[in-house]
Amino acid sequence: MNAYIPIASRSICSGLMFVLVLSGLGSFAWAEDGGVSQLNAGDTAWVLMSSALVLAMIIPGLALFYGGMVRSKNVLSTMMHSFIAVCLVSVVWVFWGYSLAFAPDVGGVVGGLKWLGLTGVGLEPLEGSTIPHLAFMVFQLMFAAITVALISGAIAERMKFSAFALFGVLWVTFVYAPLAHWVWGGGWLAELGDLDFAGGTVVHISSGVAALACALVLGKRHGYGTDNMSPHNLPFTVIGASLLWIGWFGFNAGSALAANGVAASAFVATHVATAAGALAWVGVEGLYRGRPTVLGAASGAVAGLVSITPAAGYVGPIAAIVIGLGGGVVCYLGVFLKHKLGYDDALDVLGIHGIGGTWGAVATGLFASMGGGTGLFFGNPMQVVIQVVGAGATWVFSFVGTFLILKLVDGTIGLRVSREDEVLGCDLTQHRERAYG
Amino acid sequence: MKLIQAIIKPFKLDEVKDALIELGIQGMTVTEVKGFGRQKGHKETYRGTEYQIEFVPKIKLEIALADERVGEALEAISRAAKTGSIGDGKIFVSELHSVIRIRTGESGEGAV
Repeated sequence: MNAYIPIASRSICSGLMFVLVLSGLGSFAWAEDGGVSQLNAGDTAWVLMSSALVLAMIIPGLALFYGGMVRSKNVLSTMMHSFIAVCLVSVVWVFWGYSLAFAPDVGGVVGGLKWLGLTGVGLEPLEGSTIPHLAFMVFQLMFAAITVALISGAIAERMKFSAFALFGVLWVTFVYAPLAHWVWGGGWLAELGDLDFAGGTVVHISSGVAALACALVLGKRHGYGTDNMSPHNLPFTVIGASLLWIGWFGFNAGSALAANGVAASAFVATHVATAAGALAWVGVEGLYRGRPTVLGAASGAVAGLVSITPAAGYVGPIAAIVIGLGGGVVCYLGVFLKHKLGYDDALDVLGIHGIGGTWGAVATGLFASMGGGTGLFFGNPMQVVIQVVGAGATWVFSFVGTFLILKLVDGTIGLRVSREDEVLGCDLTQHRERAYG
Repeated sequence: MKLIQAIIKPFKLDEVKDALIELGIQGMTVTEVKGFGRQKGHKETYRGTEYQIEFVPKIKLEIALADERVGEALEAISRAAKTGSIGDGKIFVSELHSVIRIRTGESGEGAV
C-alpha cells in the first residue's frame, strides 16, 4: 500500500537485531511461570510515574535551578549539562551501568556483568518485588542520571563540554555504579545495615563530594571574587527549585517501590522537611543579614529535600521537620565553607548536597523509628556509627574516584575552556549559540 | 538653543513627562541608563556572597529647546523629579548648535 513502510520496518528490524545481539538475545523474554502473579498494578503505576517525576527533577528542574544561577553567557551550557547527563547516563545504564550496580554481587563491592545490555532484565518482577524488573531498572536509571547532573553545578561556567561528557560516562561507571551497589545492590554497606532510603548517600553525598573534587581540580572561575557573578535569572531558579520539590515525591516516595503506607509516609516526611528547610534558611538569613532572600528560600527547600532523602521512609512528620530545619541551617553554613577554604564550587553542590546529605545520613541514624530502621533516639546507638561509616566511605570513595577520573580527562582531552573562551562565555564557545538575542 | 539632559529616578519619569507636556513641550528622548553620583550603589547578596552594585539604574531625558523656554523647563523638571533624598539626579544644560527636522529639512528653532 505504502511504499516506504517496508523500508522503515527493514531499518527497524536491523536496529532491533543489533540491540538483540548486544543484549545477548533474550533480554525481554517472559519467564515461563510464577512471576506474573507477583505483579501489582498499583505499585507498577506508581514506580513508573515516579521515574518520570525524577526525570522532571533533572529536566527541566535542575536545568532551570542551575541555569538561573549562572551568568547569562553560560545559561545554555549549564542547562545542557543536565540535559546531556540524562542522555548519556540513560544509554550507559542500559549497556553496563545497571549491571554494575544491581546484578548479582561480586565481593560486596560491585555488581557482576550478568545483566549487561539488560540481558535477563524483563517484564517479570525480581524476587520479592511487585513491579516489573524493567520498571525498577528505569527508576534507578533516573537516579544515576540526576547524580551526574548534580555535579555539573560545581564546574559551571568553565568546563569544556566534551570533557563533561566524557567525565559523566566515566563517573557513572566507576563511581556511581559501585556506590549504588554498596548501598542498594546488596553490597557491603547494605550488609552492614546502612540506612539510605532514597539516596542521601548514593546520590547526594557522592555528587556533593565529587563536586568538591571538581572545584579543586578545575580551579576557580576567571574573575572569581572580583567580578560580579550574581545569578542572571532567579525566577528560573525558583521554578527549578519548585520542580525539584514536586519531582522529589517520585524520588523519595517512589523509593518505597510500592504504592503503600511507606510511600505515603515518605511523601509526607519529604514535604514537611522541605518546608522546614526553606523556613530555617530564610530565618537564619533574616537574622544574620537582615533580609530573607528568594534564592535563600529556594536553596533552603533543596537543603530540606536533600536532608530528608535518606530518612524519608524511616521517620514520622515531626522528626522530618526537625531534620529539615537542621538541613536548612547546616547547608546555610555549608555554602560558607567555600569562602573559608577558598575553592570555587560555583553553585554550591558540596554546600547543599554534600553537607545536607551527610547531615541527613547521620540524622537517619538518630531519628529512624519505622520501616525497618531504628535510630539512636529509639534505642539503637549503633545505627549512628553505621551511618557515619557509610557517609565516610562514600566521601572517600567519591573524592578519590572523581579526582582520578578528572586527572585522566585532563591528561587526555583537557578539562577547562581557554581563558578567552571563558570570558566570552561557554554558550558561544562550546555551543555556538546565545540564549538571549 | 539649548540641549537639556536630565538624569532622574526611574519612578519619577511619568511626573516629569507630565510636567513638561503641561508646558507644551513637543518631544523628548528617554533612555534607560546606569551610573552613580553621591548616592553610590547598593549591595546585593546571593547565598551570602555580597556584591557591591556601583551603577544604579536611572533615566536620562533629553530635550532640545529654544533659549527662552529653558528656564521654565528646568523648573518643571526640578519640581517633578525631586524627592529630597540622595540620588534625585542632575540636570545638564548645554549649547545646541543646530537642529534639523528630517522630514521637512527645516533647521534652527523651527525644527525644535
